[in-house]
Amino acid sequence: MSINMQADRLARAVRRASLTMVHAAGLGHPGGDLSAADVLAVLYASILNVDPGDPTRPDRDRFILSKGHCSGALYATLAECGFFPREWLADYMKPLSRFSGHPDRNKLPGIEANTGPLGHGLPIGVGAAKAAQITGSSWRVFVMTGDGELQEGSNWEAAMAASTFGLDNLTVIVDRNGLQQGDRTELTVQLEPLAERWRAFGWAVREVDGHDIAALTRTFRSAPFEAGKPNCVIARTRKGRGVSFIEDRVEWHHRVPTAQELAAALTELGGGETAA
Amino acid sequence: MSLGFDCRKAFAETLIELAAADRRIVVVVNDSVGSSNLKEFRRRFPERLVNVGIAEQNMIGVGAGLANGGLIPFVCGASCFLTGRALEQVKVDLGYSRSNVKLCGMSSGVAYGELGPTHHSIEDLAWTRAIGNLTVIAPADPAETAAAVRAVAEHNGPVFLRLSRMPVPAVHPADYRFEIGRAARLRTGDDVTLIAVGTMVYQALEAAALLERDGVRAAVLNMSTIRPLDRAAVAEAAGRGPLVTIEEHTVTGGLGGAVAEVVVETRPARMRLLGVPGEFAPTGSAEFLFEHYGLTPEGIRRAALTLMEAQLGTADSGD
Repeated sequence: MSINMQADRLARAVRRASLTMVHAAGLGHPGGDLSAADVLAVLYASILNVDPGDPTRPDRDRFILSKGHCSGALYATLAECGFFPREWLADYMKPLSRFSGHPDRNKLPGIEANTGPLGHGLPIGVGAAKAAQITGSSWRVFVMTGDGELQEGSNWEAAMAASTFGLDNLTVIVDRNGLQQGDRTELTVQLEPLAERWRAFGWAVREVDGHDIAALTRTFRSAPFEAGKPNCVIARTRKGRGVSFIEDRVEWHHRVPTAQELAAALTELGGGETAA
Repeated sequence: MSLGFDCRKAFAETLIELAAADRRIVVVVNDSVGSSNLKEFRRRFPERLVNVGIAEQNMIGVGAGLANGGLIPFVCGASCFLTGRALEQVKVDLGYSRSNVKLCGMSSGVAYGELGPTHHSIEDLAWTRAIGNLTVIAPADPAETAAAVRAVAEHNGPVFLRLSRMPVPAVHPADYRFEIGRAARLRTGDDVTLIAVGTMVYQALEAAALLERDGVRAAVLNMSTIRPLDRAAVAEAAGRGPLVTIEEHTVTGGLGGAVAEVVVETRPARMRLLGVPGEFAPTGSAEFLFEHYGLTPEGIRRAALTLMEAQLGTADSGD
């Protein structure tokens, strides 16, 4: 059973909530939150077999946010989907909060893995997908990584193992917004030709507009792309997507919007009637 | 003294028994089937042996993912790589996440002595002991190894099981029952207590026998769980007299450090920490290195006698 919400409405609510949370906390990673929002919305609205009422059901699909610094977007998504009340989001990064800057699976329902240091999510995803293979279970595993994150070598260790094991129940989604904390990825350490690299590691690759709800939905629904191969979706995104003065600007990796900026952003995003 | 058993045999046999009874038991290796003595496991349960190749960071993450999928992974590799190479994964994916993964460090300490400091694993207790939620166990003989494997499979949570390839004789009585977090007193005595772990427990027992000839009654504690430490057993021993700790590990942050932390907070006592004294050990066989650092019955005896003389000196000057 999937949650069956409207993905576009969910994405807008996630953007509004995560920006509001970052403003209130005085900390966060708004650029990456907004970049990931549409992928998260599509997965939770119509792809993942998860049940907010029974979040640890053994046969659930697993979603792992490897770019754990975008916890704001994940928390907002889970709240919108009913894993916990929206009001809880006000605790984001407060003292003793369950809503740490990076997700903790022992503190909140719906979180599969503790991430934060980059390059941890895909190995865990390989293990979870391998567990399904060993036990003959039907659950699928989705891992979202950043693009700069792929500079961590552990991802490529995991990529080699996944194709060796033939894990076609595993999908990695690369949030390919082209920016990392300090600069553009290609001006830091080059990732291109990224699709060819994944193919060379034995993955079936699709490239898609990471903000096109319909295209993302079609792409995820068509997995596995090739029987016996793990799936890689390179989601072409814009960091800060949806707010003109945040979009594609490196400084918004972890800049915090002022009250004025937040108000302007929420106006641009619209949909205040569904805001968290 | 070289008569003894390779505890990896007991490890592998017990794991096979457990796996035969429980389909959730799986093994993860980094091309280490041979060095972890898992060929028979692979023959019996090929679908439950996951070989990730030479990739320890991925190996730990895969273990966490298998546990997320409801399995009980025993992640096995040479301790030096398993812990050091993947320490952040051990911290985050296992400890912080409270993943039900059993990390099995093979050939720990100076077992790979001739291969040099790259392959010595004399920091692993210090590293793993500092990580929250992680239980740290180093059994002393084959029976305790088998019991520890059963106990950690039952225990819900991450464990580091430190194993050796160095042969050791049986040190426990037949009725010994291993319990996580409980030290075993293998010998009683009121003059000095020898607290040892892993391969050093047998050496401590032999040292106690030598000390008896000197008229010194030495107690011997097998501190097979390093975390959570049996604080009551340490405090009780410290109340009786001086303590010598013996470990196949650097003296910084391992068994000696753990015991000292309890001693200073409970019953201050004179201590002597035997192990590798805060340096990279030289190249040489494990037996050579044990001699080199006094990790032998005679070396432990001398350390105990020196410590008792120093204690006496302190007591005299205080009078």
